[in-house]
Amino acid sequence: MDDMKHTLVALVQDHPGVLNRMVSLFRRRGFNIDSIAVGHSEIPDMSRVTIVVNGSGAIVEQVRKQLDKIIDVVKVADITDDNITARELALIKVKATSAIRREIIEIVDIFRAHIVDVGQDSVTIQITGDEDKIESLLNLVRGFGIMEISRTGRIAMPRGNVGSTPLAEKTPEKAKRLKAG
Amino acid sequence: MKMSGGQILCEGLVREGVDVIFGFPGGAVLPLYDVLPEFPLRHILVRHEQGAAHAADGYARATGRVGVCLATSGPGATNLVTGIANAYLDSVPMVAITGQVARPFIGKDAFQEIDITGITLPITKHNYLVLETSSIPSVVREAFHIAGTGRPGPVLIDIPRDVFAEQIDFHYPETVEVDLPGYKPTVRGHPAQIKKAARAIAESEKPLILAGRGVLISGAHRELRQLAETAQVPVVTTLLGIGSFPETHVLSYGMVGMHGMAYANKAVSSTDLLIAIGMRFDDRVTGKINAFAPHARIIHIDLDPAEIGKNVRVDVPIVGDIAPVLKELNKLITTANHAEWIEQLEDFRRKHPMVDASDGEGLLPQYVVDKIYEVTGGEAIIATGVGQNQMWAAQHYWYNKPNSFISSGGLGTMGFGLPAAMGAKVGCPDSTVWCIDGDGSLQMTIQELATLVQDKIAVKIAVLNNGYLGMVRQWQELFYNKRYVATPLYCPDFVKIAEGYCIAGLRVTRREDVVPALEKAMAHDGPFLIDFMVEPEENVFPMVPPGASLAEVMEAPRKSRKGLIDTSSLPVSNI
Ligand SMILES: Cc1ncc(C[n+]2csc(CCOP(=O)(O)OP(=O)(O)O)c2C)c(N)n1
Ligand SMILES: [Mg+2]
Repeated sequence: MDDMKHTLVALVQDHPGVLNRMVSLFRRRGFNIDSIAVGHSEIPDMSRVTIVVNGSGAIVEQVRKQLDKIIDVVKVADITDDNITARELALIKVKATSAIRREIIEIVDIFRAHIVDVGQDSVTIQITGDEDKIESLLNLVRGFGIMEISRTGRIAMPRGNVGSTPLAEKTPEKAKRLKAG
Repeated sequence: MKMSGGQILCEGLVREGVDVIFGFPGGAVLPLYDVLPEFPLRHILVRHEQGAAHAADGYARATGRVGVCLATSGPGATNLVTGIANAYLDSVPMVAITGQVARPFIGKDAFQEIDITGITLPITKHNYLVLETSSIPSVVREAFHIAGTGRPGPVLIDIPRDVFAEQIDFHYPETVEVDLPGYKPTVRGHPAQIKKAARAIAESEKPLILAGRGVLISGAHRELRQLAETAQVPVVTTLLGIGSFPETHVLSYGMVGMHGMAYANKAVSSTDLLIAIGMRFDDRVTGKINAFAPHARIIHIDLDPAEIGKNVRVDVPIVGDIAPVLKELNKLITTANHAEWIEQLEDFRRKHPMVDASDGEGLLPQYVVDKIYEVTGGEAIIATGVGQNQMWAAQHYWYNKPNSFISSGGLGTMGFGLPAAMGAKVGCPDSTVWCIDGDGSLQMTIQELATLVQDKIAVKIAVLNNGYLGMVRQWQELFYNKRYVATPLYCPDFVKIAEGYCIAGLRVTRREDVVPALEKAMAHDGPFLIDFMVEPEENVFPMVPPGASLAEVMEAPRKSRKGLIDTSSLPVSNI
């Protein structure tokens, strides 16, 4: 099938169970969620969720419509095909005796990443960027010995003046849906 | 004014227009039960919480109003689960209230604590755990709003014992606002799409309406009839769409699907324009999906955008509440004449008639249903069990009024019939309510006979007693070489059981006794049970074998009840 990575952004009310309900819809369809990132939005008591899943377009669209039916989901859009800014943050703890620290710092500099903690035999790197950039850095430091990785998963929003899930505006995806029909 | 959480809840229910609650008490809900008599709320004590949920369901289907059930925490709540799932799959408006352990005990595996909001997450339209007594009015308002609007469904409210008991200074607000920015219950159908649909109907030579339960939910049966009559479009329905169009109408061609009329399924296979209204292309309706309505363009009118394009490709989708959509559509419809198409359907009907219930000598279940229709003048509400009894009740009674056929479709829950009939009778006390049930299904909720007596609910029960889990036996006969594993069913003497509950009853073994027994039941003041000892191995026909297309419908072999069916050519079950 035409499986590909989809980025969905949802504006949700901060109520218990809302994430549960969302994730449960994907579980039911056998989707593995690549990443899910949640945090406060610009509106009080509402959060914005970014979900990345791999799946066929038609099924993801059906799940998106079902997500939209969850009472606490205010808006949800598939922004995969939009012009978007997407970022992820990763913390990577690498084995580093003082002898090889310099070498690691050089790599970190090239990626415009940061060393945020230094231990006796380790350093912790913080890197922000898209998944490819993070993967590239990981490939370069793997040889030193990775002790731990923690990643936020993707967050994303459209470029320019448009929002992914604006509250006020008439939902564009609804208009699109009707047009498609 | 000091009010307890229990009182605030009751006040909220009264304001929502609730008049009856089906429930069962326990520790966590005691502070609620204690104040219940202060309010004009009738409480009906069921004998198992599953019965409470099904009764609320039957009440809701019969009246169109939100049904309410109530259970204590833990086992009380889990006993509701099947009934809630049943309501969810058939889009029935219901509010289920459960007790929970006191707030300080939540999450600690306290006595009778269960995470019922977690358990019911995928089978409710929404649910609440109430942690603040003062939030009860808004939770109640929202719950009824969500349950009863848009595509209806069950909403569960879980309330800790100490919230019921807590006394707070409180004035019930005159109006309670609903603050649900994420809830868009109704959409108006898009005018351009409605225009497209009207054009497609005008162009079609063989149009066919396929009506589902959405028509009943929307109260759109008049608009549907107007559409059908004006444009002369024949109508078929789904199982749950029964009653959305009068079955004795000249344009009615009955029910489609696995046990639909052969001529109805042939109509679907022959139409050039299928107008699907308020239905969701369930696999029991469509048969093999890629052979469904092979010659048709499809118009799909439904309130729920997530149903559009889910199972079949749609040419003209219209998302919107059905009654207003049909009103708009009717303005654009011109009178038409499809005499040739209707003649083709009449020909289907002549060549593929339904099983004739008057045929043969034994006591046929179809004959019993046929006579229930005659004796009730077609005016009764019929609730059913699940299995063969359900299909015969759907096939051999003529439903002319909305909400007169009450049956578990999506979940297919055995045990639904008796408590659902009970709820329907409570909601419509002036209607005659018959429960047409199977001997297996009835035994799953038979304890509700006691409820009928205690609360004086005059439901009439017709047991189609075949001594088998008949529908499963039928599959074993057709697809598993007649190996009847775990389907022969020992049954108690149902008449004696009824007698044990002080319910009048009769056993009928001969066809000539059917009508007198039914007349006796109708004349009797109060509940009545008739145990019809029907042909044990009678099968439900027509049947579209699982995995086959609607065009490959199997019809009744001439001597079906003697078991002379040629099974060699049948496809093998894949469901
Ligand atoms: C709760 C539940 N368990 C199992 C089934 C599977 N099932 C479907 S029909 C049927 C047989 C029903 O037997 P009975 O109530 O006697 O009805 P009959 O088919 O004989 O008319 C069974 C077991 C079901 N639908 N529901
Ligand atoms: Mg049976």
